[in-house]
Amino acid sequence: MATTPPSQLRNSSKHMPYTIAEKILMSHCARKDIHTGEFIEARVDLALGNDITAPIAIQEFKKAGYRRVFDKKRIVLVPDHFAPAKDLKSANQCKGLADFSKEFKIKNYFEVGCMGIEHVLLPEKGLVLPGDLVIGADSHTCTYGAMGAYATGVGSTDLARSFIDGKCWFKVPASVKFIYKGKLKKWVGGKDLILFTIGQIGVDGALYKAMEFTGPAIKKLGMDDRFAMSNMAIEAGARAGLIAADVITKKYIAQFKRKAKFYQSDPDAHYEKVYQWDISKLEPQVACPHLPSNVKPVGKLKGIKVDQVVIGSCTNGRISDLRIAAKILKGKKIKAGLRLIVIPATQKIYLEAVKEGLAEIFVKAGGVFSTPTCGPCLGGHMGILAEEEVCLATTNRNFIGRMGSPKSFVYLSSPAVAAASAITGRITHPGKI
Amino acid sequence: MIIKGKVHKFGNDVNTDDIIAAKYLVGTDAFELGKHCMENIAPDFLEKVNKGDIIVGGKNFGCGSSREHAPLAIKGCGVSAVLAKSFSGIFFRNAINIGLPFLELGEVNKINAADELEIDLASGIIKNLTKKENYKTEPFPKFLQEIVTEGGLINWVKKCTK
Repeated sequence: MATTPPSQLRNSSKHMPYTIAEKILMSHCARKDIHTGEFIEARVDLALGNDITAPIAIQEFKKAGYRRVFDKKRIVLVPDHFAPAKDLKSANQCKGLADFSKEFKIKNYFEVGCMGIEHVLLPEKGLVLPGDLVIGADSHTCTYGAMGAYATGVGSTDLARSFIDGKCWFKVPASVKFIYKGKLKKWVGGKDLILFTIGQIGVDGALYKAMEFTGPAIKKLGMDDRFAMSNMAIEAGARAGLIAADVITKKYIAQFKRKAKFYQSDPDAHYEKVYQWDISKLEPQVACPHLPSNVKPVGKLKGIKVDQVVIGSCTNGRISDLRIAAKILKGKKIKAGLRLIVIPATQKIYLEAVKEGLAEIFVKAGGVFSTPTCGPCLGGHMGILAEEEVCLATTNRNFIGRMGSPKSFVYLSSPAVAAASAITGRITHPGKI
Repeated sequence: MIIKGKVHKFGNDVNTDDIIAAKYLVGTDAFELGKHCMENIAPDFLEKVNKGDIIVGGKNFGCGSSREHAPLAIKGCGVSAVLAKSFSGIFFRNAINIGLPFLELGEVNKINAADELEIDLASGIIKNLTKKENYKTEPFPKFLQEIVTEGGLINWVKKCTK
């Protein structure tokens, strides 16, 4: 079990330097300083659960005999994984969330029709802001790190506990800094940066760390690309994937009234490790079966035939993802026999895609345009793979059996690569369309 | 607490989809989940596993999803403890919170499948009865020990808020 090595304990001084992760954690617990490896109890700004994880939390909370939740405004319940309910058991799990929300007057319960994929929905609704401390019983809760919030995945019992007193235990993570220099080439974005990073450091390359994404290339990235990056921090084992809030973040949250806190890491803050890459020559990246770290530039993959393409998920189901895919698919037909499944992440994105004519482009190309759901990403519904089938998905995991049969194969890419590959039927560089 | 059992060995990066596939996440009962534990990567595991057995993994055990169903499935199929070189952050906290005994051990490669182990959770000493070797792990930090001693996070919170 890791304890704090003396070398990581800083001497007290007037101005202790801290990273964003440390500053946010410290501001949420009654502490004047904080050290890597320490266990702290902190109050959370928001606690999130979904139709898979909240049922256990609700069960535990009720079993313990509690009659009220700590704050009915700070709990968010989103049935999105197997919703709209894929079968009777899922329906009962979703109903459990609805019933609990009614009973305890949970403000932020999102029924089908208002529902979206949780990690796209919460920022869209202004429920997460920079400086917040968020826990979610879903590993991709780290997505909100893109806004300069400390957001981390926990389990159902953690969620149940937060229902009780609004608190959670944390082991203070060491921070690791990633500096991306240079200018991204056409067709290369946040998804490619994070796939490249995981390919470099491995699926445990940031185990129990807070990743911090910095550098000129990050400063130019739009929010959707940033969300895609922070979303996959967990795929490197990280507890959080942070990007300091800047002008782009401020513009994104301008419509929300609640006051945000903008933290920057101190210049002399301690990082356990610093990685620096010039990404000017980076090609679109693809993670091959069966690990997100098995990453290759798209050009290295020759003739990989694809049966299904999925564009969506909490990684890449945002409007700019759909726009880039539609740009490539406009006026084209997908390969005969291939299935293209496009899933906007929220109702708002769905409507935008309809208004902008993107939905029509996907359908005319031969694809399907679905209601928001996590669905196929975790092998739930809406696109399960049969034996020996190959899928190229803009999702975040390609473990054995992740999207269906343990004998199927999942490749991960950006929406641009996914759209291009849907046309040719083979994994293809979007520049070749 | 002393745990004694036979070893089932797994490699690095055993993920939560390996431990329990998402299609079974329509229920929360540990025993039912346990009927599908490791089914995607080791279809014969459930035939071989006996009550009290021990899972030994490599690095990054339990990576992937936050599903608490993973440690529940491991408990549900009768496994008494998990040893691994390292654990993913969420699996680590889930195991603590629900009281699934686990220890981080750097020397997992010295342990073979079907070895008989005796684990003393309090001292962190693991005896390999088959190979007649002893391994020493760090005991849990005090804070985590408190949660474990109380029988999980909710009991611990109940005690604290009394």
